[in-house]
Amino acid sequence: MLFETRMVPRGIPVPALSHASRLQLLFSDSHSPTNIFAPAGTPAHSIFGLSMLVLGITTGLFIVVGGILLYVLLRFRHRAADPMAEQEPAQIYGSKQIELSWTVIPILIVVMLFLATTRVILSTERATKPPEALDVVVIGHQFWWEYRYPKFGIVTANELHIPVSDPKHPTPTYLTMSSADTDHSFWIPRLAGKTDLIPNKVNTMWIDPQEAGLYLGQCAQYCGTQHAKMLLRVYADTPTEFAAWTAQQKQAAVQEPSVAAGQAVFQRNACISCHTVKGTVATGRFGPDLTHVASRDTIASGAVPNTPANIRAFVGDPAHFKPGALMPPMHLNDRDLDAVTAYLATLK
Amino acid sequence: MATRTAILDQTPRPIARPSLLETLHDWLATVDHKRIGLLYIGYALFFLVVAGFEAILIRIQLAIPNNHFLSPQAFNRLFTMHGTTMVFFVGMPILFGFGNYLIPLMIGARDMAFPRLNAFSFWVSAFGGTLLYFSYLGGDGLYGAGSAPDVGWWAYAPLTAHAFSPGHSTDYWTLAVLLSGIGTVGTAVNIVATIISMRCPGMKMGRMPLLVWLYLVTSMMVFVTVSPLTAAQIMLMLDRYLGSHFFDTQAGGSAVLWMHFFWIFGHPEVYILVLPAFAFANEIIPVFSRKAVFGYAAMVAASVGIGFVSLSVWAHHMFTVGMGPGANTFFTFATMVISVPTGIKIFNWLATLWGGKIHFTAAMLFAIGFLFQFLLAGLTGIMLAAAPFDWQLGNSYFVVAHFHYVLVGAILFMLFSAFYYWFPKMTGRMLNEKLGKWHFWIFFIGFHLTFDLMHIPGILGMPRRIYTYEADRGWTLLNMLVSCGGFIQAIGTLIFVYNMILSYFKGAVAGADPWDAWTLEWSTTSPPPSYNFAKIPTVESRRPLWDLKHPEDSDSRYE
Amino acid sequence: MNQAAIIPQSEIEDWQLPSRGIVGMACLILAEAAIFLIFVVAYLFYIGKSLSGPTPHDVLELPVFTSICLLSSSLTVHLAVTSLHKGAQSLCSLWLGATVLLGGIFLVGTGMEWHHLIYRDGLTIRTNLFGTTFYSLVGLHATHVIVGLFMLSLALLFSLRGQMSSRDTGRLEVLSLYWHFVDAVWVVVFLVVYVLGR
Ligand code: HEA
Ligand code: HEA
Ligand code: HEC
Ligand code: CUA
Ligand SMILES: [Cu+2]
Repeated sequence: MLFETRMVPRGIPVPALSHASRLQLLFSDSHSPTNIFAPAGTPAHSIFGLSMLVLGITTGLFIVVGGILLYVLLRFRHRAADPMAEQEPAQIYGSKQIELSWTVIPILIVVMLFLATTRVILSTERATKPPEALDVVVIGHQFWWEYRYPKFGIVTANELHIPVSDPKHPTPTYLTMSSADTDHSFWIPRLAGKTDLIPNKVNTMWIDPQEAGLYLGQCAQYCGTQHAKMLLRVYADTPTEFAAWTAQQKQAAVQEPSVAAGQAVFQRNACISCHTVKGTVATGRFGPDLTHVASRDTIASGAVPNTPANIRAFVGDPAHFKPGALMPPMHLNDRDLDAVTAYLATLK
Repeated sequence: MATRTAILDQTPRPIARPSLLETLHDWLATVDHKRIGLLYIGYALFFLVVAGFEAILIRIQLAIPNNHFLSPQAFNRLFTMHGTTMVFFVGMPILFGFGNYLIPLMIGARDMAFPRLNAFSFWVSAFGGTLLYFSYLGGDGLYGAGSAPDVGWWAYAPLTAHAFSPGHSTDYWTLAVLLSGIGTVGTAVNIVATIISMRCPGMKMGRMPLLVWLYLVTSMMVFVTVSPLTAAQIMLMLDRYLGSHFFDTQAGGSAVLWMHFFWIFGHPEVYILVLPAFAFANEIIPVFSRKAVFGYAAMVAASVGIGFVSLSVWAHHMFTVGMGPGANTFFTFATMVISVPTGIKIFNWLATLWGGKIHFTAAMLFAIGFLFQFLLAGLTGIMLAAAPFDWQLGNSYFVVAHFHYVLVGAILFMLFSAFYYWFPKMTGRMLNEKLGKWHFWIFFIGFHLTFDLMHIPGILGMPRRIYTYEADRGWTLLNMLVSCGGFIQAIGTLIFVYNMILSYFKGAVAGADPWDAWTLEWSTTSPPPSYNFAKIPTVESRRPLWDLKHPEDSDSRYE
Repeated sequence: MNQAAIIPQSEIEDWQLPSRGIVGMACLILAEAAIFLIFVVAYLFYIGKSLSGPTPHDVLELPVFTSICLLSSSLTVHLAVTSLHKGAQSLCSLWLGATVLLGGIFLVGTGMEWHHLIYRDGLTIRTNLFGTTFYSLVGLHATHVIVGLFMLSLALLFSLRGQMSSRDTGRLEVLSLYWHFVDAVWVVVFLVVYVLGR
């Protein structure tokens, strides 16, 4: 199993699974951590409500119109046995009343759908921001995510930690988003709809997970070779967990003498021109901030779990897990690789 | 039906066999609208198989999670090529192929208004397609293995900038699309001029077959939508060759501007593709239910209405780019409004079937499949049109399912229908009905297996354009089934290809009017002589051949 | 017998349809107008968004004289058509010549303007967004002028060699339609680039 911490979503509207008819088998597969119909935050909830309405109306239309089609096909098929089979049927060229009715009824349906939609658009995009809201800046990079917490001075990558939001005292997180290169899109299906990250443009969205846990998603706008492995992980922490996490992230990187060799390798190579390790000479911004890389569960934007073996393999050849990733192979020898891996593993 | 055809002479034309070289020269240098039409159709069918094959490769890669069948680069090239080919080198040429072939015949003309422009347009488009595929060899220049474009069929900026797309692959993409656009505008000019200026005596606008009306609307749309694409491609080329900054975000250029330009083209484009499908339905459904089309005037008005409204809905492809609540509301409304004229069409077809005597020929089966699938596809379109729902569904496999439902379920089905219906006119021989029914059922099952199930991964959060996915997302089984469906569609298509080849040589001789139909193309031989009509016909109603066959009950009395 | 069904021929008097040349050109103009519209939109969108200079205000001067030349060439081409229609062939050549001359002056004017901008002000298509949009919009128009001048020169050539008669009025009219369009576009370009954008 790739993710030990995988959260089993609760409350998914799955039909009873006991007797596995084929259809049900399909849906049982839908124990999906990214199901849009298992909302766990306000925006996702209101979208879910609208979706059910739209689905209901369109299903109704389908049943009515599809039913008429079926009826017509059965009722008016050519029957060779019919004595009048070779006679042409009566020619009817049109009827004003009937045509008017099937113009007006759809208009009414459209107006209804439109009003319901507008309500959700406004309630999501025009929501008032409570003072307790947390601000996070999200910057999309070819193929990883940068997160900045201006209030705490924290910079991290790929794993977003936010406080869980109690509906009674909402503490939503407001994301201010842009891109460093191509377009990306931030999509955590259980929390909210997606919002694109576009260079030279600042977008905002908000999320308020109501249960603690891990929420998954991935980049939803084609951004280049590794668009597929630009995964998203959002950790909704309880207040205490979140406080502990921020406290730890604010610190500069630990400097352990036992891994000084690895640190030296890191600083001798080009690593420092792309990566930041707070408190050291490494201040690059092209790649993810590594100050607390060891505190993360995964590396390379969720592509693989964060284990020393994986780090070693990734630094040795990033294309191994992620062909097309913009980190070049650094051609370190085995000893240097071991040293650097040991160093990175201490960056809690 | 059989009794009525007796009045028509069915002798096949004597076939003289010229040498191969002569034939080749005749075809390459032809300016005859029927031959150019057939060239377009053949070209499009070739690319249908190519792009279909690419789709199969895509499906093999996605059948199981963490698959290593294709590299990410190869996969990204495949969906770009698949989408670009299907839209620009299958959809557009095939509809112009049928248009070229049928319009002069249906309006009683001997050729298109500008025969040489017609040939020129075809060859320009054909060159575009060739260039696109040449990129597989030349994309990286002489060094490197070469590569095709991998920017997706919308080629969003700034992915197309030199910084993110080095090499020449993107240049091949813009050039190919630009050329096809020029050819398209050329043919559209021709179609409009033909329809306005070449009608036979008595063929007033209100008496034109609906197919002709729809091609008129489609062509008018081409002028105002393909041209913006041409303009945007010119800008992109200036960016890439001369270093200008239209879409260069590092110099202050705007990525969103490209999106607008692309979708101002891209959205109406999908209606350009679907209107000819409607056009075929308007001819085929009445004939096989043996009734005049219900509400001719409303059908025309609805088509024109779709044409106009479709110009104001483009940004429903951009609900997630942060346009703000105002624009999101507006585009939601405009998009939903399209369902009104479209609904009118669906209901009028139903009313045409109502009270008829429906003959389930292969052509009619495909047409009914079209009706059913287009209804469903339109309704999933309405779901996407509700902006917040789209924030979830946009760029997911739900969208991929929506548009394949229209592009395959509606357009491709209607094209197959058109083949069964007009193949006899084009070749003088009937397509085999039995094979046709096999084709229909196999393709129908494959289609539904693929594209019905494809909606669900979208709902479960699967984005499009990913070359692989994690195993724990609950998408695995569905993707496997979807991929199986793709193979079944391929089998169906192979039956069709086999049927065409077999029937071309061995099919039953068709005669002039095998379907007992009513429009002018059936009044001449199959295939028609190069001058179409020995004597230019005159018409007095929308269904001249009905009048001929039923002088006691002629249409002209009711119109 | 090749003909399958015989549609009875009945007399329909006055079956007159518009000329296909005019219809075709009208369509082409519609398509071209859409292209220009997109370039104009891009121009308007990027006004004032350049990250560095020079700005339009610094470097652009109103091309009044050349604009007058171009616009009056619309008149001359119209006169050429009417002369041809009346059968006055040499008059037609004269007016065509005047049109080509006026168009030529416009083109030379644009060339001089560009020369100044590039060598005096250092503004190229790469300099900034203003350069990008300016050269592409004005350049697109100039390309159309060149195409038009080429066709007009051909017509002039035919006319001078006496190969044009009043029967060709239709064709010349189609060409003049195109030329009117090029002029009309210039009015828009002028307003956008030199008035609004400055
Ligand atoms: C031929 C092609 C075709 C057609 C006809 C349509 C028709 C429609 N499409 Fe679709 N669409 C595409 C091809 C097409 N589409 C493609 C190719 C894309 C994606 C491109 C890409 O991203 O690569 C796309 C994407 C797309 C999106 C963007 C999704 C996204 O990327 O986020 C949206 C959103 O609004 C949308 C909506 C619609 C609507 C509302 C219609 C309507 O026209 C449907 C109208 C029809 C009906 C509604 C059914 C019949 C009506 C009735 C029975 C009357 C009663 C009904 C009501 C009152 C509701 N389409
Ligand atoms: C007219 C348009 C059209 C048509 C007909 C199709 C037909 C099909 N499409 Fe396509 N598709 C698009 C237009 C179309 N598509 C567009 C515009 C995109 C978006 C691209 C982008 O994102 O940029 C897209 C994207 C797209 C994707 C998403 C890729 C991604 O986002 O990663 C997928 C995935 O399943 C897919 C599958 C299919 C399948 C299985 C078919 C099948 O229906 C095909 C069936 C036909 C055949 C199979 C042909 C028969 C072949 C033979 C006879 C040869 C022999 C075959 C074998 C050896 C097997 N298409
Ligand atoms: C040219 C720039 C560049 C250089 C040099 C570079 N990296 Fe990277 N690095 C990146 C980029 C970009 C990523 C993000 C890759 C991705 O996920 O797509 C990355 C990711 C990483 C990660 C994973 C981080 C995470 O949180 O997922 C580690 C660990 C890492 N690099 C270590 C190193 C080491 C050690 C060196 C030097 C030996 C090095 N890098 C040199 C650009 C660089
Ligand atoms: Cu980032 Cu896709
Ligand atoms: Cu659209």
